[in-house]
Amino acid sequence: MTEKTQVLDANQRPSLPRGVRLRRDEVRGRTVLLSPERTMALEETAIAIVSRIDGRRTLAEIIDGLAADYKAPRDVIAVDVEAFLQQLLERRMLEVSG
Amino acid sequence: MDQPSPAAGINPPMAMLAELTHRCPLACPYCSNPLELKQQANELSTGDWVRVLGEAAALGVLHVHFSGGEPASRRDLVDLTKAASEIDLYTNLITSGIGLTERRMNDLVQAGLEHVQLSIQGTDAAEADHVAGYKGGHSRKMDVARWVRSHDLPLTINAVCHRQNIDHLQRTIDLSVQLGAQRLEVATVQFHGWAARNRAALMPTRQQDAEARRIVVAAREQLKGVLVIDYVPADYHATYPKACMGGWGRIGLNVDPTGRVLPCHAAESIDGLEFDNVRDKPLADIWCSGEAFNAFRGFDWMEEPCRSCERKAIDFGGCRCQAMAMAGNARATDPVCSKSPMHASLLDTVAELETGSSPPPLVYRGR
Repeated sequence: MTEKTQVLDANQRPSLPRGVRLRRDEVRGRTVLLSPERTMALEETAIAIVSRIDGRRTLAEIIDGLAADYKAPRDVIAVDVEAFLQQLLERRMLEVSG
Repeated sequence: MDQPSPAAGINPPMAMLAELTHRCPLACPYCSNPLELKQQANELSTGDWVRVLGEAAALGVLHVHFSGGEPASRRDLVDLTKAASEIDLYTNLITSGIGLTERRMNDLVQAGLEHVQLSIQGTDAAEADHVAGYKGGHSRKMDVARWVRSHDLPLTINAVCHRQNIDHLQRTIDLSVQLGAQRLEVATVQFHGWAARNRAALMPTRQQDAEARRIVVAAREQLKGVLVIDYVPADYHATYPKACMGGWGRIGLNVDPTGRVLPCHAAESIDGLEFDNVRDKPLADIWCSGEAFNAFRGFDWMEEPCRSCERKAIDFGGCRCQAMAMAGNARATDPVCSKSPMHASLLDTVAELETGSSPPPLVYRGR
């Protein structure tokens, strides 16, 4: 096996792999995450999460930033973010390092 | 921007399959292209394709799949990839790998290529080259996979499965992991085009299908986060038909090498459909008001048992081309559906194919 199944850790730095990207879909007035043969329409919170995925911020920093910006309880944000990122990981739409 | 009218209830397409050419160095006995291939002299020019890509993007297309035939047989593949990328289309190359070199792959990546879907015909050279009818093909494919991954580009392996190779599914999965693929698409042969001629030699048995499902379920669990596996069983073995194309004229469109716009890959097998050409009309007009696109759009065209079926918005009555081929009527319920009046005779046919202990020899395209 070349790679192991990954589980997110608060100190890891998620990034979008090559071939996965955010774009504005003007015709339908929405933002989508494009990946091979897949289009995922994102709601506002998902856009906020994906916009913070840059390979530099750690998972903990992403959650901190969202909790501050949305003035929401950190543990509530953390559950949403981890569930969403885990879903991306399993679809091979996310990489993590460190 | 020329947009479809929301009042018409027609959503814009998400994806365009750009069939750049019907030319292909391989001779696969299950080729899904039409029996009559389009000649090179009639292919759209580079300029035509660039215009069509622009029209597609304005209409709402997000993904463009360069396909064929073998798209690498077109000398302007890099230019077309660049043109698509510049207008923010997600570019996918569906290729056999033949006609690509390391340098050309570099150029494609530079031009903005985002994903490669590479077909394999087997897991070793002897088996694969026998099926493809092309010596040295398998070895080149292994090179292509390496080049794709050396650029860190996502790679999907596409393995058409059939009676003669489905027992090697585990090896196909292992090979995909070795090649660094993110996704493996194992699709049973679709019995259209050339494949229909070889149906008896290619139709997997029910037992083979059950074993394949077992392997896929186990591998998905074991390879979670490593390899995504899509398995498309033979619909002959199913209870309900596939939602062919996700519904006619709902999600995607195909532009053939000569510029004709088809609601699905095999649509020209349906008698009486008129296909518009991008040389004559804007793509938005063709999508919204073209006769071929409206022929089976929505539910009004349906006959019973589809018309009153609670699954009609799930599978859209199945495949129109299959209804045409087997029932002789493109409006009929897809005969693979258990509710079709033809279903019993289809099951008899499948059973008959399975009893043949040695399948007939393969008939190769163009050989």
